[in-house]
Amino acid sequence: MTLSGLSFAYLRDRALNTGLNILLLALGVATLVILLLFSAQLEGRFEKDSEGIDMVVGAKGSPLQLILSSIYHVDVPTGNIPLGALTMLRQQPTVANVIPLALGDSFRSFRIVGTEPGYAALYNAKIADGRMFAKPFEAVIGSEVAARTGATIGQRFVGSHGMGSDEKAHQHEETPFIVSGLLAPTGTVIDRLILTPVESVWDVHGIEHDEQERDEASEHSHKHEAAGRDAAVQGKLEPEVTALLVRFASPLAAVQLPNFINRQTELQAAVPAVEVSRLLALVGIGIDAVRAFAVLLMLTAGLSIFVALLTALRQREGDMAMLRVIGASRAGIVGQIIGEGLILAAAGALFGVVLGHAVIGAAAASFEELRQMGLSALHFEPAEAWIVVAALAIGAFAALIPAIRVFNADIAETLAEAR
Amino acid sequence: MLVPTNDATTRVALIEARQIVHRRDGRIVLALADWRLNAGEHALVLGPSGSGKTTFINIVTGLLTPTEGQMDVAGEPMSHLPPAARDDLRKRTIGLVFQTLRLIPALTVSDNIALAQHIATGASDPAAVAAIIARVGLSHRADAKPRALSQGEGQRAAIARALITRPRLVVADEPTSALDDANAAAMVDLLFETAESTGATLLVATHDGRIAHRFSNRLILETSALQAAA
Repeated sequence: MTLSGLSFAYLRDRALNTGLNILLLALGVATLVILLLFSAQLEGRFEKDSEGIDMVVGAKGSPLQLILSSIYHVDVPTGNIPLGALTMLRQQPTVANVIPLALGDSFRSFRIVGTEPGYAALYNAKIADGRMFAKPFEAVIGSEVAARTGATIGQRFVGSHGMGSDEKAHQHEETPFIVSGLLAPTGTVIDRLILTPVESVWDVHGIEHDEQERDEASEHSHKHEAAGRDAAVQGKLEPEVTALLVRFASPLAAVQLPNFINRQTELQAAVPAVEVSRLLALVGIGIDAVRAFAVLLMLTAGLSIFVALLTALRQREGDMAMLRVIGASRAGIVGQIIGEGLILAAAGALFGVVLGHAVIGAAAASFEELRQMGLSALHFEPAEAWIVVAALAIGAFAALIPAIRVFNADIAETLAEAR
Repeated sequence: MLVPTNDATTRVALIEARQIVHRRDGRIVLALADWRLNAGEHALVLGPSGSGKTTFINIVTGLLTPTEGQMDVAGEPMSHLPPAARDDLRKRTIGLVFQTLRLIPALTVSDNIALAQHIATGASDPAAVAAIIARVGLSHRADAKPRALSQGEGQRAAIARALITRPRLVVADEPTSALDDANAAAMVDLLFETAESTGATLLVATHDGRIAHRFSNRLILETSALQAAA
């Protein structure tokens, strides 16, 4: 039996009090951990998913909605835009790359994205099995989609109209897809998508188009615009896309292009960096409020530990004096008391971290939106170490005043009072 | 000044008090002429409440520095040592038994004794702990918490804790004041027996006249003597 063993024995001896103090501190730590994991993973995911995308062009509406629906695939699109926009942008010398997205259908809540192979390249997604789609109705499946649906190469599936998990949604039975490839995990939004040529989306929705229409769009845009007008006159649906992901070739484009598109065309240009910052600032107000509450919880826990130790030490003054008499040094006794505070704080911090991760895991398992955000209980943030350090500091500080009292106590007097 | 009842001998002195005077708030609370207790002897410090027994015990154990005079313990000037050295001398030399026992309620009998051993020696020797518990007849209560012990069992546990470090001096402060006659006699028997078995010198401070006849070596403190000294 040692002095540190004595700390544990004292804590065990008043188990209910110990448990409540640990729980109080754990709740504060867990709240901070949840906020940290949520905001860090949200920001990380936002950053990672929008890497290499300088601008998104789509239908007029909310720019944030355009970004959320086109990059993060968590909101409904603002509408569709003419295929001619793709041509127009590809002709811009300040534009390095444009990737079209055609949205509208899903398979078991996973979005089917009509696009080009360049979209997979944007996220450095490699083919793990099979090959990239080469013709309409071939589909390449993201790793999470494959894991959750059990999709394999050559398997056929039918898309549902809409983006959600509505079981009553119209099934495109007559136009099944066939899985041509499976993507390796990337840790980005593409893991949760099903990629197919844009033409598949057009065909599913009965939109007539020439086989080479999109490929030749840039070379023959004038011809197609004219053809489009003719088709409209005849009541046919025009080939459209939902959004265009644009990468600039020059920094000058960042200044000129969004303004040009927003003012001069029927299109809308949104810059991910701007919209994400705006979103995080909005979310941040709520996060800050909860964070302040969590800090208050931790301080309350510290106060509770302080009161518990002070009360316990008043009852134990005789014990402490006796320990000094049998040879324990002042430093040893002070260490024992601070150790008791630290044990409480460490237990609270550890429990809080575990609880925080468990809540994140439970939330991700329960809410589709959070899972789609890529929220994971197994992700650890370095800043969690600082929360633990803060909790330990609170525990040590709470024990400090009782420890100083014991340090300064007159043993003979204490024993005389305790006799 | 008080006149001690024992005679100085040529044997080795374990406690040697030289002209001790202690004042509290300007009032003399202990006044003692030269007095010594030789190694291996048993002595009783007897006196009513307020006669300075506890002050004397505190000076012997180095918990208090006398206002005047010198207290030597085991050949070292306990009263003149710096605090850390006093703590060390006490740790190495003295085992204390308190009136209220002061067993730590959160620890078992065994752990109370093991903690004292670890604090004093920096090491753990479970066999020695078990042996001392057996010697005081508490093997069957080794895992019991103090609150579950009878008064007699608690006293045995307290004595075992004082003896675990094999101290050269065992000091017991009012060990029988709360006990009935039979238990008081048993307590003194136990102190004598365990002190003798370890070769320890025994110093008992009490106002309990019932046990005075058990000690041939007595230091009698009286309040009237304090008034005279003042």
